[in-house]
Amino acid sequence: MPESLTKFIFGRLTLESLPLHEPIVVATFVVVALGGLALLGAVTYFKLWGYLWREWFTSVDHKKIGIMYMVLGLVMLLRGFSDAIMMRLQQAIAFNGSEGYLNAHHYDQIFTAHGVIMIFFVAMPFVTGLMNFVVPLQIGARDVSFPFLNNFSFWMTVGGAILVMASLFVGEFARTGWLAYPPLSGINYSPDVGVDYYIWALQVAGVGTTLSGINLICTIIKMRAPGMTMMRMPVFTWTSLCTNVLIVASFPVLTAVLTLLALDRYVGTNFFTNDFGGNPMMYVNLIWIWGHPEVYILILPLFGVFSEVTSTFSGKRLFGYTSMVYATVVITILSYLVWLHHFFTMGSGASVNSFFGITTMIISIPTGAKMFNWLFTMYRGRIRFELPMMWTVAFMLTFVVGGMTGVLLAVPPADFVLHNSLFLIAHFHNVIIGGVLFGLFAGIAYWWPKAFGFRLDPFWGKVSFWCWVLGFWFAFMPLYILGLMGVTRRMRVFDDPSLQIWFVIAAFGAVLIAAGIAAFLVQIFVSIRKRAELVDVTGDPWDGRTLEWSTSSPPPAYNFAFTPIIRDNDAWWDMKKAGYRRPLSGFKPIHMPKNTGTGVILAVFSVALGFGLIWYMWWLAALSFVCLIATAIGHTFNYHRDFDIPAAEVAQTEEARTALLAAEGARA
Amino acid sequence: MASTAITAGAEPVFHLEEEHAHAEGGSTMLGFWLYLMSDCLIFAMLFAAFGVLGGNYAAGPAPKDLFDLGLVAVNTTMLLLSSITYGFAMLTMDKGRVGATQGWLAVTMLFGLAFLSIELYEFAHMIHEGATPQRSAFLSSFFTLVGTHGLHVTFGIVWMVTLMVQVARHGLIEANRRRLMCLSMFWHFLDVVWIGVFTFVYLMGTLR
Amino acid sequence: MSAHDHAGHDHAHGGVAHGSLKGYLVGFFLSVILTAIPFWMVMTGAIDNKQATAIIVMAFAAVQIVVHMIFFLHMNPASEGGWSMLALIFTVILVVIVLSGSLWVMYHLNANMMPGLHEMQQMP
Repeated sequence: MPESLTKFIFGRLTLESLPLHEPIVVATFVVVALGGLALLGAVTYFKLWGYLWREWFTSVDHKKIGIMYMVLGLVMLLRGFSDAIMMRLQQAIAFNGSEGYLNAHHYDQIFTAHGVIMIFFVAMPFVTGLMNFVVPLQIGARDVSFPFLNNFSFWMTVGGAILVMASLFVGEFARTGWLAYPPLSGINYSPDVGVDYYIWALQVAGVGTTLSGINLICTIIKMRAPGMTMMRMPVFTWTSLCTNVLIVASFPVLTAVLTLLALDRYVGTNFFTNDFGGNPMMYVNLIWIWGHPEVYILILPLFGVFSEVTSTFSGKRLFGYTSMVYATVVITILSYLVWLHHFFTMGSGASVNSFFGITTMIISIPTGAKMFNWLFTMYRGRIRFELPMMWTVAFMLTFVVGGMTGVLLAVPPADFVLHNSLFLIAHFHNVIIGGVLFGLFAGIAYWWPKAFGFRLDPFWGKVSFWCWVLGFWFAFMPLYILGLMGVTRRMRVFDDPSLQIWFVIAAFGAVLIAAGIAAFLVQIFVSIRKRAELVDVTGDPWDGRTLEWSTSSPPPAYNFAFTPIIRDNDAWWDMKKAGYRRPLSGFKPIHMPKNTGTGVILAVFSVALGFGLIWYMWWLAALSFVCLIATAIGHTFNYHRDFDIPAAEVAQTEEARTALLAAEGARA
Repeated sequence: MASTAITAGAEPVFHLEEEHAHAEGGSTMLGFWLYLMSDCLIFAMLFAAFGVLGGNYAAGPAPKDLFDLGLVAVNTTMLLLSSITYGFAMLTMDKGRVGATQGWLAVTMLFGLAFLSIELYEFAHMIHEGATPQRSAFLSSFFTLVGTHGLHVTFGIVWMVTLMVQVARHGLIEANRRRLMCLSMFWHFLDVVWIGVFTFVYLMGTLR
Repeated sequence: MSAHDHAGHDHAHGGVAHGSLKGYLVGFFLSVILTAIPFWMVMTGAIDNKQATAIIVMAFAAVQIVVHMIFFLHMNPASEGGWSMLALIFTVILVVIVLSGSLWVMYHLNANMMPGLHEMQQMP
């Protein structure tokens, strides 16, 4: 009787589920637990809970939510990178009969977790955070269209991340690779909780991502300041619009596919099984319909960042604005026509493969056009090699190589040789690190002063930059060579000793990247320490061109005291050239949304629901589902979600800035 | 408006003097429509799964053995009727008649419940005959597609009850009208999906 | 300011068209007819040719979807400054790509890689 009771309460969660037999995991747990306790203790000691809850967790301010997304991305980057360096170490030493230091069970979880975390919980939060912070400022809006939804979306993303992190210490993660192909991910071959963690983490986070996509599309379409026509929008806003269209049009696909996989696992349906007419290849087909647009979801916003950075630091209007916009739109549509290139070897035959091979090659044309636009923007510009510009140039050099190996892989016969080889791994790290990550660092260095009112320390930034760039080349060029020699991905041990030197070089590259990440953290720390030296009072430290630089740094809660009127692309540049003067009087009350804790509560119930489903604790799943619905309905009974910032308060804020600017002017 | 602002004075004007309030809920209809489009893609996936796997009977029952088109026709009628009654609810809402709006909503809900009951009866009947979702890929994709539509209808009914309570409390205020319009889109959208379901699943399945 | 910039403001004043009684009734009768005919065709086997029936049934569905879009969902090129229509067209394109693409890809896969499938399907 007690046993059936514990079974009811805990489902399949037992003491054996805790990975106490894995010393590496236990050590990690101890470190994380101590660090976490220290952090919690510090927050309690400095009495920050109330502040954090009121000013950040429940905030509906798009700027704060954007910053929280960036923090989430950074924390998860550390986790994802630990996985990476563990793999590099394992592969560098597992030669000549050595088994390395990771057993197969653990190693398979690591490469799965690395992929899932880096895509869903590093790249996505970083990209979403950047869009959240910058887009409303660039279009002259006070907030996004649905501020509460924005907060909710963020906490759902956090919820997904929490489930992935929980899998490290309670149970285990999937051992299937980052897309969890069946039949391996089916219940017969993965009966444990790993794949369930994968499914529910992504479902919870996916809700947030989809809603945030809808939110930002509406914001861009509806909230632009008067005069900002579509073709006067900054390029970053354009690429964000296309990215969010891709999100809204592709994440439902992921949701549906994972639901079908979950049904196979939980209900015993036969979508992707080998029996009763199921077809595992259908899963591969469907998930890549999401998977390929996802690639462009990640890279498009960064194309926008590079466009902003290039034109700002070249002191020139962006070359070929219109072609840039059209290239972005064309990529958006084409990204839905290439998904089969991820499984040429599946055997659909010559007609299918050639169609998708050709569409894949076509997609490189708009990307190439963008590259030329950036180069022509730099041509005869007065280039300032500040940190964001350095990242941009490094991106151009690196990304072109990755793009070209991509075109190579788009040739089906070549793909038959290189499919699932380390060549592929090198290719997509080349575009994701060289494109997405370099772009993020460019964007962070570029907009940091806007977010916090002081610049990032350039010295440590340059240290980080060189470690990252060199580290990337050392880490991934050997993988191209290994891939061409036929080494496949996800291997744990190797027989051929002649391969070892390449893995050692790659591991060295990974260590350099580790140094790059460390330098980045040091950069943030040093910059905060030296914030008085690095301060920027003007709000326009880079001599910027777009609207976000017209307001103070950090911007007030309402972003702009008066809604700007736009006459040109590069609105702020136009204003500066036409002798714009800051309005000093006539302030009106400003209508703003109220903070709410509902987003956090809904996300907590969602995590509980996911946890209950993962461990077969049906009572928990049912209870949290009911609470989830009840809270959501309860929230709709609150009709008073807005308030007015009084005109006096606006005037006070603006006068404080006027005084600061005057002091700065007197000093200069 | 921007152009007049520029030419209004000698010096260019760079900001609005008055607070440029974006009307509350001004983005809601568009946002909800975008949500519906994303939902549409979820259904597209389920249709794709049915299209590819719908012929895999695994030596089990085929659509001909299972589907009772008469029942489906009744079911379709229920949904169509619920659509027009929701339309009447919207028309009375425009006239500001709270009681009539509530009445039509209640009628809509009854038709929705009738639809669900018939669907559940059909499912129960099939499962009773051994045609369970686990039996074949055809049945897996059938139950998932039709069941997902049914879940949406269920959710729509829960939402309708919520809105009826809110209309009873606060009347047809602007926020409630907006919500009723969103639910209207949701409800009619489900009808559109159902056209796809009865055509591709039931009629074409029977023809197969 | 271009027209679509602030089309959303109209809704705050309830300016959106909810259709008229006549619109709803026309839509309803059209959809009843468009539903009844395909059901009748399939249930009675009015046309001997299954392929022809299938094509006609699908054509009726397509027309009925358009009818619902116009009379019940009040789609028109002007609502929300054209963005609703644009979103709809984009979605329809994607649905077509996803459905036809999946069917095409998986059909070729089955034809190439599972030659035994046809014999399987012949089984009772």
